[in-house]
Amino acid sequence: MPNAGADVQPELAPAGIQLRESWGEWLDRHSRTFFIAPAVVLILIFAIFPTFYSIVFALSRVRFTGEGLKFRFVWFQNFAKQFLGNDQVHFLGKVGAMGWLGTLFFAAVLVAMVWWLYRCARVTSWVGMIGRLISAAMAVFVAWIIGATLLSGNPIGTLLTTLFYVVVGCALQFVIGTGLAFLCSQPISGKNFFRVIFFIPLMITPLGVGYAMKMVADITKGPFQPLFGAATVDAWVWSADPWAARIVMMICDSWQWIPFIFITMLAALENVPRDHVEAAQVDGASGIQIFKEIVWPQIVPVAVTVLLIRMIEAFKIVDLPNIMTGGGPGSSTESMTLHSMYIWRANDVGTSAAVAYLLLLLTVVTCASFFNYVVLGQLRRAGG
Amino acid sequence: MSSYKKSLCALSVAVALGAFSGVSTAGEFDGVTVNILTRPGYVIAGPLAERGKEFEAKTGAKVVVTEVPFAEIFPKIQNDWSTGTNAIDVGVFAAGWGVELDAAGLLEDLTPYVEKDTKLDLNDIAPYFRDFGQKIGGKTKLLMVDGDFQMVYYRKDVLEKAGLQPPKTWDDYLAVASKIHGQDMNGDGKPDYGSCIFKKRNAQSYFAIQTVAASYVQTQGTAQGFHFDAATMKPIVNNEAWKKAFEVYKETGKYGPPEELNMDIGDTRALFKAGRCGLLIEWGDPGTLQLDPDAAKVKGLIYAVGAVGSKEVLDRATGKLVPVTKESAPYAVDGINYAPFAAFGGWAGAINAKIDQKKKDAAYAFLSYMNQAAESNVDVTIGKTGYNPYRLSQLASTDLWVKAGMPKELAENYIGAINGALNNPNMASDMKIPGAQKYTGVILDTELARYLAGEITVDEALKNIEAGWEEVTEDFGRDSQIKAQALALGTPGN
Repeated sequence: MPNAGADVQPELAPAGIQLRESWGEWLDRHSRTFFIAPAVVLILIFAIFPTFYSIVFALSRVRFTGEGLKFRFVWFQNFAKQFLGNDQVHFLGKVGAMGWLGTLFFAAVLVAMVWWLYRCARVTSWVGMIGRLISAAMAVFVAWIIGATLLSGNPIGTLLTTLFYVVVGCALQFVIGTGLAFLCSQPISGKNFFRVIFFIPLMITPLGVGYAMKMVADITKGPFQPLFGAATVDAWVWSADPWAARIVMMICDSWQWIPFIFITMLAALENVPRDHVEAAQVDGASGIQIFKEIVWPQIVPVAVTVLLIRMIEAFKIVDLPNIMTGGGPGSSTESMTLHSMYIWRANDVGTSAAVAYLLLLLTVVTCASFFNYVVLGQLRRAGG
Repeated sequence: MSSYKKSLCALSVAVALGAFSGVSTAGEFDGVTVNILTRPGYVIAGPLAERGKEFEAKTGAKVVVTEVPFAEIFPKIQNDWSTGTNAIDVGVFAAGWGVELDAAGLLEDLTPYVEKDTKLDLNDIAPYFRDFGQKIGGKTKLLMVDGDFQMVYYRKDVLEKAGLQPPKTWDDYLAVASKIHGQDMNGDGKPDYGSCIFKKRNAQSYFAIQTVAASYVQTQGTAQGFHFDAATMKPIVNNEAWKKAFEVYKETGKYGPPEELNMDIGDTRALFKAGRCGLLIEWGDPGTLQLDPDAAKVKGLIYAVGAVGSKEVLDRATGKLVPVTKESAPYAVDGINYAPFAAFGGWAGAINAKIDQKKKDAAYAFLSYMNQAAESNVDVTIGKTGYNPYRLSQLASTDLWVKAGMPKELAENYIGAINGALNNPNMASDMKIPGAQKYTGVILDTELARYLAGEITVDEALKNIEAGWEEVTEDFGRDSQIKAQALALGTPGN
């Protein structure tokens, strides 16, 4: 932008007018800064500052005393004990000797990552390679944990429980949400009614969903008791079985979040031009072919974006397990957010901050990887 | 100004002055608000609010009771008082938790208040609650509103019908539970449960396990303790005694409700009131709760055993269980070592040291009002209050209880069990050192829950507890913890 003020001859205009003009022009030049400043200041105060200040907590043992908080600097001890200390079982799970299935899985992921990095090394810049190395390192680490805990018959920790809610939960929500959206985009009678019905769960506060689900899912006293009673399984309860409890938690979370996928995918489906579909129909394409070749490619950018947003949200699951099981049985349904919250509630703010940072790292690497390697790819394909 | 307006103006001024002077002379604490933080639900909090209304009418002080989830009471108070927020004036919590707050200088010393208080009648408070519950380091820092012991309760009718005696040892407990499990205990045609214990994580499960463990671990009297070695503060937890307690505790689940791992005290109380439990571990409440209208099926049928013991006890030198002898367990009765556990130590009120004097006076006056025999002797006989007896006058005769509707035979059993526990020289005291809530409410509770859910073995759980307790001890400083432990167990506050 040319600096108009500098070209103005002083003698051509009275000083007052020149001052006003240059003030106005100065404002004009910096208007973008002024408009964005309040938002930046707010973000700095309420998001960035606490995030960085919490590093001080994460690296300290904190005591509550009569003279306020007392910090004792312990370097990375709060982080280390999640991996090596007595909190290892809680966070990573019971890491035992790896069984053959675990070894096979770990080896497969390791080989896949090495091969992927080798391929990328030839075409990617060194900055891109650093990102890929971080993604691959986390994938290998998670694969090792899955191999040494889940696939070797050992209990898992809050890390894998969180990933279970994110990966399996989001996949389930995506499939059902997209399916419902597809059905509601068809010319069926009463579709407006179904749209409203399917959307309702999203409008309920998670706390309310937690209590409602606690009542609904109680198979000894809840509405499904007669059903379970008739099937003579009323001596079995999901809340005492780790995997059953996790699955119930995931189903209840899905009940609330499928509408989010549903409403976004419905909007995407309704934006697919009718003439493309009709042209395919005239050419004799089947319903499946039309969906696969015409509809799906056009909704993929929205699909991957909505999945990314849902994943970021899913990492934060806390209300449901807190209300329905208190993280139990044991710590089976405890997500990392709840893990951090329970430690914080015991006023161990240092360890709580450390767990929160580990969650931040997991979320950022997973979501950034998904964004870079999946979302961007699809967007480029759609754009190109 | 017209005469009409003048007279209206004069009238308003007169009314305002009259109202002001009326309020200012109504009570000693007009305009003072006492904010109390305690647990959720009617239990404990309800009577505080109701008595608060009476107190307001008498003194003018407004009592506001705020309720937070059980696991958040202590951290919320600690946070509020140590960071200087001071939104809470009085915390009503476990008597044992006060030690950590007091070590940080957050509790008002109530000794001068007590000395001037003519209505409190300190000598009527049972010695354990007066000296160990209310006092820290010889000074009164809390006032009890409740006295707590965990006991075992049994359904008299169910055991008599089955020809069984009330359990004396934990092995008996399992045997009785297994024999009565599956019987219909409330006449609804459905099988009921041999044993009901609140085993949900982040609730009250960590108290019940200590009730089981105490009789295996503590043998030499209250001063010995059953959590740490008094000289070194090394945890006495990774041994055969605690292992046995964990295993017994888990086995009770075989004879309990299927969803026991997700049940807190509210859930188990609903079950036993509906007549669905043969045995249960509980505080003093079932004695009075069975008198509630919604417990008609079990009224007069739930009897208490002051303590269940063990024929084997811990040899601290080897970490092994050894048979009870005169040397290994000098307080044993008929070859059984009993250690009734003063779980929680009772709900007690403490005053924030940093609030202004007027508030402190009002807060003390209210806590004293709750504690005085005139109010307390009524409150402890009502099951839904959650208040259990802690005054000698409440335990001296059955009159109070019979008056409250308890059958005489049951009243004798009930106060007999509490008196037996209170007077037992081997009574096990709850942890009363800085970090108590972290040692038990967080570390013990979490590892126990993981063991019960099958995530880890009993050995791993005990190893983790040992490591976790060591970490807390190091955090607070081993030497200061040793002193605090000696004070908590050995030196009565007098």
